This record gives sequence, C-alpha cells and structure tokens, in this order.
Amino acid sequence: MASLVGSRVERKEDTRFLQGKGRYTADINIANQTYAVFVRSPHARAKIKSVDTSKALKSSGVVGVLTGKEIAEDKIGGLIAGWAIRSEDGSEMKVPANPPLAKDIANFVGEPVAVVFAETLDEAKEGAEKVKVDYKVLKAVVDPAEAMKSDAIHDGVDKNLCYDWLLGDRKAVDEAFAKADKIIKVDLINNRLVPNAMEPRACVVDYNTASEEITLYTTSQNPHLSRLVMSAFGGVAPENKLRVVAPDVGGGFGSKINVYNEEIVCSWASKKIERPIKWVAERTESFLTDTHGRDHVTHAELAVTNDGKFLGFKNETIANLGAYARVFGTVTPTYLFGPCATGVYVIPAAYSNVKAVYTNTAPVDAYRGAGRPEATYTIERLVEKAAMELGMDKTEIRMKNFPTQFPFKQTLVHTVDSGDYVAGLEKAKQMADYAGFEARRKKSEANGKLRGIGVSSYFEACGIAPSAAVMSLGCGVGLWESAEVRFNPTGQISVFTGAHSHGQSHDTTFAQIAADELGVPMENIDVVHGDTDKGTFGMGTYGSRSLTVGGIAIVNACKKIVAKGKRVAAKMLEVNEDEIEFKDGEFVALKSNKKKTIGEVAFACYLPGQRDEMKSPIPEGDEPGLIESSFFDPANFSFPAGSHICEVEIDPDTGNVKVEKYTAVDDFGRIVNPMIVEGQVHGGIAQGIGQALHENTQYDETGQLMTASYMDYTMPRADNFPEFNLGFTCTHATSNPLGVKGCGEAGAIASPPTVMNAVIDALGGQEISMPATAEKVWKACKAMKKSNAKAA
Amino acid sequence: MTKVTLEVNGKKVSKEVPDHTLLSVFLRDNLNLTGTHVGCDTSQCGACVVHVNGKSIKSCSTLAADVEGSKVTTIEGLAKDGKLHPMQAAFKKTHGLQCGYCTPGMVMSAVDLLQTKKNPSDQEIREWLEGNICRCTGYQNIVAAVKEAATKM
Repeated sequence: MASLVGSRVERKEDTRFLQGKGRYTADINIANQTYAVFVRSPHARAKIKSVDTSKALKSSGVVGVLTGKEIAEDKIGGLIAGWAIRSEDGSEMKVPANPPLAKDIANFVGEPVAVVFAETLDEAKEGAEKVKVDYKVLKAVVDPAEAMKSDAIHDGVDKNLCYDWLLGDRKAVDEAFAKADKIIKVDLINNRLVPNAMEPRACVVDYNTASEEITLYTTSQNPHLSRLVMSAFGGVAPENKLRVVAPDVGGGFGSKINVYNEEIVCSWASKKIERPIKWVAERTESFLTDTHGRDHVTHAELAVTNDGKFLGFKNETIANLGAYARVFGTVTPTYLFGPCATGVYVIPAAYSNVKAVYTNTAPVDAYRGAGRPEATYTIERLVEKAAMELGMDKTEIRMKNFPTQFPFKQTLVHTVDSGDYVAGLEKAKQMADYAGFEARRKKSEANGKLRGIGVSSYFEACGIAPSAAVMSLGCGVGLWESAEVRFNPTGQISVFTGAHSHGQSHDTTFAQIAADELGVPMENIDVVHGDTDKGTFGMGTYGSRSLTVGGIAIVNACKKIVAKGKRVAAKMLEVNEDEIEFKDGEFVALKSNKKKTIGEVAFACYLPGQRDEMKSPIPEGDEPGLIESSFFDPANFSFPAGSHICEVEIDPDTGNVKVEKYTAVDDFGRIVNPMIVEGQVHGGIAQGIGQALHENTQYDETGQLMTASYMDYTMPRADNFPEFNLGFTCTHATSNPLGVKGCGEAGAIASPPTVMNAVIDALGGQEISMPATAEKVWKACKAMKKSNAKAA
Repeated sequence: MTKVTLEVNGKKVSKEVPDHTLLSVFLRDNLNLTGTHVGCDTSQCGACVVHVNGKSIKSCSTLAADVEGSKVTTIEGLAKDGKLHPMQAAFKKTHGLQCGYCTPGMVMSAVDLLQTKKNPSDQEIREWLEGNICRCTGYQNIVAAVKEAATKM
C-alpha cells in the first residue's frame, strides 16, 4: 500500500464547505432563543458612575438586562492571563482583574458594560440603546512608549508595568560590544494588527433546566481550554455541567484562543434567564474587542567585526499588552519572542529585555507567529543593515554566521535539533535568480522605477509547548496533546483529537497519518474534534502545534491499537505474538502466512467468541474493545526554518510598492500533505505582506480606534500579491517520531522583514516603518531625490 | 412588514418579513440557507455574494424587498444532481479554501467572472476578486481554481 503521508490528498472537509454545508456558530439556532446585544464603553478610560437599565427593561421584546453589578454579585470570575512571567528583579508580574462586564471602570473602547437580551435582534439593539451609563471620562493612556510615564490605569500596577523581563547576560553582551568594529542599531515599531479571521466571533448558549447543563457553541480554537477556564476561573459551571462545542470555525490566527467576555456572560446569563442566547459580533465589535497582535517598540543593536562576524546582540523592547493581560498576552513578548531574537545565527552573547505595559486599548495577544515575527523582524533588519553598512552581500553575511552543526545550541535558550540553513538560502537564491537582480534593477530604473531586493532567514520555535522545556524556563504551564483512536466493531474508525481545525485541514491530514499507521483507507476514518462531550481533554490549536504535538498523539494511539491487535491476532491465529507481522492492515502469521485483517481483529475485540469458535480471542490480561488513547508531551519544540527573498518595484511618483517576486524556501521536516503545507505558507506570506505594506491599527490620542472596519483597516486583497514561488528543504525533526515541524506560522514570521528589506533597499537604505504605505514611500522617494540632487 | 416572493435555487418562496430585512438575513434566518455568510456589514468582504438573476451581488447590502420576484442562486444551489459545479470541483482540486468561511462568496463571485469573461488572465482574476477577502489562502490557490474551472466551463 502506498503511503498517504507525503501525498497531495484532496481535502475531506471541502465537500461540505463548498456546498454551503459548513456549520459555523452563527448558523446554529435553538428554539426559543433570545438575542444578546452588548452595551460597550464608548470611552477608552472612564469611571462608571451608574448604569440605569429601567428604560431598557421596559423596551419592547426585552427579556433581561444584566450589568457588571449582577455578575459580580454572582461571583463569576474574570478573564485570565495564562502565563506567569517574572521580572528581572525576581518580582511576579502585575495582573489587574478583568471582569466579564466592567463594573467600576472601563479600560478600552468596546469593553462590555452591560448586556441586553430580547426576542429579536432588532429589539435587543433597541434595548441596548436605552441602557443609560453615566461615565466620568478619564485621560487615556494610548501610546506604549509613553505608558510608563503616564497615570497608572490599574490600581497596584505602578507605571503601568506588568513586568520588566530579561533573558540573557548583560555583562557578556557589554564585553562583546567592547570588542566590536562596528555597532549596528535599529529603532523599530512592530505595527499593531487586527487578526481579522473572516468569521466574526459568536456564541450560542443553551441551558438545559432539567440536567442543569450548559451547552456553549462558540468560535474557539480550543474548546477544552475554554471549558477549563470558564469552570475553574469563571465559576460558570462545573466542567461536567459545561459542554463547549467549537463547530466549524472560520479562521482564528490566535484571536480565538482566548475565552472572551461574551462567552462567559452569555453562559452565565442563559442559566439566569432560563432561555437560550445567541450573540454574533458585528465586524466593528470584532475590531474593537478581538485580541490584537504585535505592537512592539524596539531598540536593538548588533555588534559586528569588519569582516561581518556577529559578536553580540541586544534588544530593548516595550510591548503593549493593551488594557488587560490575556491567555497568551504575557508569554508572546517574552518566551515566544526573546529566545528567537538572535535568529539563525551564531552570536556568542545576547540579551533581550522586554517591558510589558498596559494601555487603554484592546488586549494584545497571540496573532499568527506570536512573538516570532517580532523577533525575526528585529534581527533581520539588523542583519540587512549590517550588510549595507559593511558593504557586504546580504546573503554572504548571513551564510557567514549560520551554524553548520546540528543540534545547534542557539544563544539564549533553544537547542535546535535539525536544519540546514545554508542549503535553504542557496536554494532560495537560485529560485529567485538572485544573481540576475542587478540587471532587473537597471531595467526598472530605465522605466523610472526603483527596484529593491530583500532577504530574510528565520527560525522559529513552535509546536508549543513541551512541558519540560517551558517549565525549565520558569513558565507555569506545559502543553501536551491527546488523541483517542476508536475502532468501531464494524471496522470504521473515529480519531478524536484535542487539536482544533479552523482552516488547518485536520480532517484530511490526521486521517492520512492514521490511515498509514493502521493500513486502512482514509475514507474509513473520521477525525472528530471541537466538542468537549466527544473527545478527551485537549489543548487546542495555535503555535503550529496540531501536527507536531496532536498528530504524534494520534500516531502513538494507533501504535497501541496495532500492539493490541497483534496480541489478539496471535491468539486468533494460534501463534506467538512475535510471529505476527503487521503490514498494510493485515496481521500475518509469518510461518503459516495465515492472516487476519485489522477489521476482523477489531470485530473480534468487540464480539469475542462465535458459535463454532467457543474460545475468546481476547488474550489473558487484555480487555475487550479496541480503543486506545495517548497523551503526547514532546521532548522539545519543533524548529522550522528557511530563507525568503522578495523583490519590490516602487513608483516614485505615487509611492506605490509592488511586490514583483516572492520566493520562500522553508524546512518543515517531513511533509504530510504538500498541497496543504503550500496553502499554509501562501496564507502566512500574505498576512506578513499585509503587515509590511498595508495593515495598521490606529488609535487616536483619546483611545478611539480609527481603523474599526474594512473601510479603514486595509485588508490585503487578491490584487496585492504576485504568485509566490515556494521551495522546500526537508531535514527531519528528531523530537517527534514523524520527523515533522510546524508550518502554520512560518510565512507570517519570515515575510515582513523580507518585504521591508526590499523596500528599504529600493529606497537606498532609508529607514521606513511598517506598513510602507504609498504616502510614506512617496515621502521617502522625495527625500531621496533631494539628497541625490545635493550629492550631485 | 413586507411580503417578499423570490425563486431561490429553483424553488418559489414567499415570506412576510420586516421591511428592512437584508437579502442575507432573509436567506439565512428565514430560509435557513446558512451557506451565505456575513463577514463585515460594510459590503467589503464578499462572503455574502449570491446571484440575483444570474449576476453576482452582495446580499448583505441588498434589501430582500428590492429583489422581489427575482431568481436567486446561493452556494447551496450550485451543485446539480449531487455533482459539484466545475468551480466547486476546481476549488477542491487546487486547495482554494482553508477555513471555508469566505468560500461561498468567493465561488459565487468567481462563477460570475467566468460567465462575464471566458478565459481571464491572472491579473483579471485578481482584480475581479478584489471585493472578496480571504484571510487564509493568500489567494494563490483561488486564482489557480478559477483558471482550472475556466478549462471546464
């Protein structure tokens, strides 16, 4: 039987999605449901003096109105920060309370203050208009760079500082810098982004008054974690009385990791009003309240020798957490950022210092790449600038500092198990026709255009998070993944996974790997996820972990199925277990060549003993049934890496930047489905180009979000991109038995610096911040013209 | 309230709805045709594209009453006799979708493109789809799907 792993298998989930049969949360309706509309703070920072619900309660169709007072009285807990980070001085991070409905103070525009339930959506909206909130507006803190000098927005959080974190050795860095021929410096802003999954967040809650069970349908990347948080911290219901279902979910990109206010409030309220509740975000609500991404202000330096050797690296960053610390908010700018900031290079001394601050803006959390795009942008801007200042070729300086031996002990934390960075960059150069660039530049110049080329080489740590590795870093949480493989008596198989697909194609890729392990057609396998009543506990999908952690749990559970199958087959075939070989779905007795298919063995496991065969096939010590599970906690992160090359052409008359060519060579270890991996890379690159050229989240000085719809926030469209040219180098990971590495975030990690390096190259080295919009680029072109004229 | 009568996916339907009912709401809430998605409310994202009398429109910014008497085709009405429409089959073949949320609108829009222009260039496809936002695919395999479908339609 040919291996399915490695094949371009078409997706199982497509048939339903393509016919409009996907079942997303907003598609779900429950008889007798009410509609929820939230009353949100119009101010970035305001004391809530009073909330008058009397008029709303009298409004037509309104069933109930609840506020922060009631939820506090019922002792429903708030939203949580998932990772504890310590400051350099050893003190614990400062985390303010984040109630599901603000009671005394609102800390960002859009923070929910009250909620109205009504018979129809229109009536709920009208009711919400009639809730009168008396605010005392306070001066908002908006700019992260100014936050430490501003009024403290939370009691007990001095200087708005959550933590002041250090990774690395300042003294060693100072010594390295003292030996340098040259210090390269950059000041960078990693622009704030809104993840913008195309499906807005939503929840539908059904409270069963008989069983006292709450069923929450929600747009979540991790339904089990949602249940855990809502139960353990929210106190909404015990876990056995709370079922969380994340059905088809229309994209996440990190923004659907968190448990949100609306889910907690609606779950609690459904029990209170004894009616089902439906809430669907409008796009502007998503902009205001989905967790945002990035938002770093960074000063970084690289110490180099004249011949381009890297000696030391330092990084001082202010990270904006927004108004509250959420699930991955505190770890994203620390352990997901700092260790990757030295990139793919041998740098003897390094440190990263991160000050995370609170501001009166939406909470900032993981967004595709989470910390690693910020890290890669920092080091790759430095390296490119170093090449420019030293007059070296930008690929040569990278090659010169790549490690050549693996495992590679990276400067700050990680030991990278496998990779071949030289091969990746060589392949990218060849595919991008790097050597032919100067000719293309001249041609563009002859047409009055500016052409630039940019390179970036990246590695990232994903497949989060191996318990041992993260515990050793001082993080309080380790993440594993579970799987259960259930053979039904008649031979079909259900694979339960704790991972969740919201575009990642698990129905297909997980069926591919299970089919290979069990030797059955993948049509016989259903992958089941997203329902706490169906699968065992699971951590969900983010940080490129589904395959490298969840996929391995499936492999391990399948191996247990085969091991038990061997014992049963041996008894059925009346031979010793070691005389049985399992191949292509059959247990073969080597000597006699008698065989039993895995389907026959499964049947026997459930229905032991037949009329003419009175002996049970279940060996002594085994139990009937054929169900196995596995909890996989990997030994290490997985470390995808690669090199990307981009060419842009700028029209100096308009400032318009056109991405002419984009080449990506990535190492994801062993690839299960090349078609799906390519799709992941395309999407990641597009998001990264979006960050580099188009997208920006803009608050004004009072904390109003100026970019709160697709009329104002530039989402990249089909005509913003060229065709991406992809290549792969595959060095297998050694930290998992499949040899796989994560692929979901790489494109978004590598592409922003690649594009920006190309833009800056075209602009003759002039620094420009992301997004490189036409206006900024046009100004830079004018400045360049002026300085050229002066020089002439 | 207004009585709206339409032919949706070949079937005559008639419903009494509030005057301001959008076509997207009419399809989703009154007919339970939830394949038509709403992604933005400002007529930007295109997840809600359906065909009205054969032409693609954004159903989130069309009043149901305004298309009274029209023939409407939604994503649910595209496959015939259990067989995927060539555009649907092409999206599957080229991996033109990931989370599936933008897909119904994207497919309906792409079908109208090929009705309008038989063999569009890459650039023409990208420009036509400018009103459909996809956050997952980077559009590359969507363009490939439209080209693939063009050889079959």
